[in-house]
Amino acid sequence: MTLAYLEAIRLALGESLDEDPRVFVYGQDVAGAFGGAFKVTKGIAERYKDRVLNAPISEDAMAGVAIGAALEGMRPVLEYQFADFATIAFNQFVNHAGTMFWRTGRSCPIVARLPVGGTPGGGPFHSQMPETWLSNHPGLVVVAPATVADAYFMLKDAIACQDPVMYCEHKYLYYHLKAEFDKTRAEHLPLGSAAVRRPGDDCTLISYSGMVHECLRAAEILDRDHGIDCEVIDLRCIRPLDTETILTSVCRTGRVVVATESWPFGGVAAEVLALVSSEAFSHLDAPPRRLCALDVPVPFHPDLFAAHHPDAERIAEAVLETMAF
Amino acid sequence: MKSQPQKLPQIASPKASDPASTNDIRVRHLTWMILARALDDRMCKLKAQNLVPGSVFTGRGQEAYSAAGGMCLRPGDVFAPLIRDQAGRLAFGETIIDVVRTCMGKRTSSMRGRDGNIHRGNLDIGLLPMISHLGAMVSVVAGMLMARRFKGQLVGNDLTVGMASIGDGGMNAGALHEALNLAAVEKLPFVLLVANNQVAYSTFNDRTFACRDLVDRAVGYGVCGHSCDGTDATACLTTVSDAVARVRRGEGPQMVVATLLRLAGHGLHDPAEYVTPELKSRFGDCIQLDSNTLKVQGILTDADIERIWDDARTRIAAAVEQAMHEPDPDPAQEDWTAYSERDLKKVRS
Ligand SMILES: Cc1ncc(C[n+]2csc(CCOP(=O)(O)OP(=O)(O)O)c2C)c(N)n1
Repeated sequence: MTLAYLEAIRLALGESLDEDPRVFVYGQDVAGAFGGAFKVTKGIAERYKDRVLNAPISEDAMAGVAIGAALEGMRPVLEYQFADFATIAFNQFVNHAGTMFWRTGRSCPIVARLPVGGTPGGGPFHSQMPETWLSNHPGLVVVAPATVADAYFMLKDAIACQDPVMYCEHKYLYYHLKAEFDKTRAEHLPLGSAAVRRPGDDCTLISYSGMVHECLRAAEILDRDHGIDCEVIDLRCIRPLDTETILTSVCRTGRVVVATESWPFGGVAAEVLALVSSEAFSHLDAPPRRLCALDVPVPFHPDLFAAHHPDAERIAEAVLETMAF
Repeated sequence: MKSQPQKLPQIASPKASDPASTNDIRVRHLTWMILARALDDRMCKLKAQNLVPGSVFTGRGQEAYSAAGGMCLRPGDVFAPLIRDQAGRLAFGETIIDVVRTCMGKRTSSMRGRDGNIHRGNLDIGLLPMISHLGAMVSVVAGMLMARRFKGQLVGNDLTVGMASIGDGGMNAGALHEALNLAAVEKLPFVLLVANNQVAYSTFNDRTFACRDLVDRAVGYGVCGHSCDGTDATACLTTVSDAVARVRRGEGPQMVVATLLRLAGHGLHDPAEYVTPELKSRFGDCIQLDSNTLKVQGILTDADIERIWDDARTRIAAAVEQAMHEPDPDPAQEDWTAYSERDLKKVRS
């Protein structure tokens, strides 16, 4: 069957509620026929009236509730209306959920679903990518699915995981990304592993979430117009990072470009470049490159927004420069 | 020393008609207060001996209120204490040895030297290890109670209770506001113990809130508010046990505000010169006041009270002696991972 990215999330959530009485969903406007700002819980909320609950506009307290419920053996899944509002919950995530196991030896299995990423007209407060600041703190698993199959399997695995998982779901992919999906046949990649989405020999292109699709488009352009064969890696899981897949690829191609939708300073791209520079230095044929969003808030106007983050054309240009070095 | 028979029987109600049982409860209350004070004093001494990393925070002056909270809880309840709650922690079931070990950062402590002092807890008995961020524990207690409701355990008229502490300063944290509102929306069996000790670190009430009295906020949250004199042990017992009884019966969240004075600096490092003699003269010491009352009423003699102090000090000394010889954490032996999953790749739905 053809499934949209958002429908895959809904399917995973519904099945988790079906299969496990410990699972409950808590978030703003998720309950009843309304089914959430993006309609992820539509249909399932009506089936599970007592386990899909509306929360007040209290992002910090929602996270606290999840932590407490997890300590009591439940498997809470929080829906944040936009990842941007998870800044309010930052304290509970990093200082409470993230420190719980280290401090007490008790697991804190919560899942926070965070609708991330920009869409035209979203503006500064409905477009952000929180994975960088969440990843800097120990104790949180941070995932960012880029495919329909990952949206499904990674959410189910996140719920099965004993550690707090920040599940970054890209809003642009919600309805724009559709794929044939049969859960009995689709590849179920594990958490903590990156995936090679397109094998290639000349240059490694690394990204995650929505930017994977720009990298795939860039790889097509480069192949078609320049005969350059890119390997595209989808990190999938930001924390922990699958360093092995990155290094194996870069050591083979000798060239790397990292593209992210988030800001450059101290970001995931910086982390990947630090890894490559220190662990694969002697294999590099060109300086590792990164393309990130411009270092200003996410703009509102569609033209400004389009210029703010990397796209396939700009990624392809960066690869050409890297190849020409 | 490993398992101390510290847990005294639960209080029924200090309003119980049998005066003997009421007296018994009052004596036990004073006993917890004294144990907490003696333990706080001893931790200050250990700090002076350079045996305690970090600062020491005491509950000096707040023992009557805090102990009342701990005594009104039962095994199975949840308690999220804060920095002035040595008395309540002990009355709820924390052991002396764990206090000493945690303050010393011992490997044997509940926090294994990874965290220390007031951040200790014991999740096995429902005693939450606080994070520093004021207000953050309240929503976690709410979540624990919601979990019990999901599991069908919050039924009847003798409910499990969740209790959290907060100060006049912490009452102004956004997290507290979100959590208390949420607890009220969910009609949870929750009690918030507010200790208005006049000062948040060095900032007095007039710079932290503008309402007449913090208890006035209760109605705004849809919570039932109570007030008591935090220096009056009997008033603390009566008011807190009434609030807890209402919660057990299913009347929803309650807030108790006690008025008292922090009788020490914010921590041992703070001489608190900003607390004026005039302010000090307005508040008594709950332990002295209660000791006097119990003597005047013929319930305890001077010798009885001396024995309670001696007993407390003896038990504490034994715990210190034991903890002193226990191992510190060893960086070479430490398991340096913040994840509980050993191999994330093996996690499979
Ligand atoms: C969110 C937050 N901000 C600041 C602090 C630092 N801090 C610790 S205790 C304290 C004063 C708290 O005052 P109050 O709530 O009245 O409690 P008290 O110390 O008087 O018992 C402050 C400012 C903190 N722990 N958490």
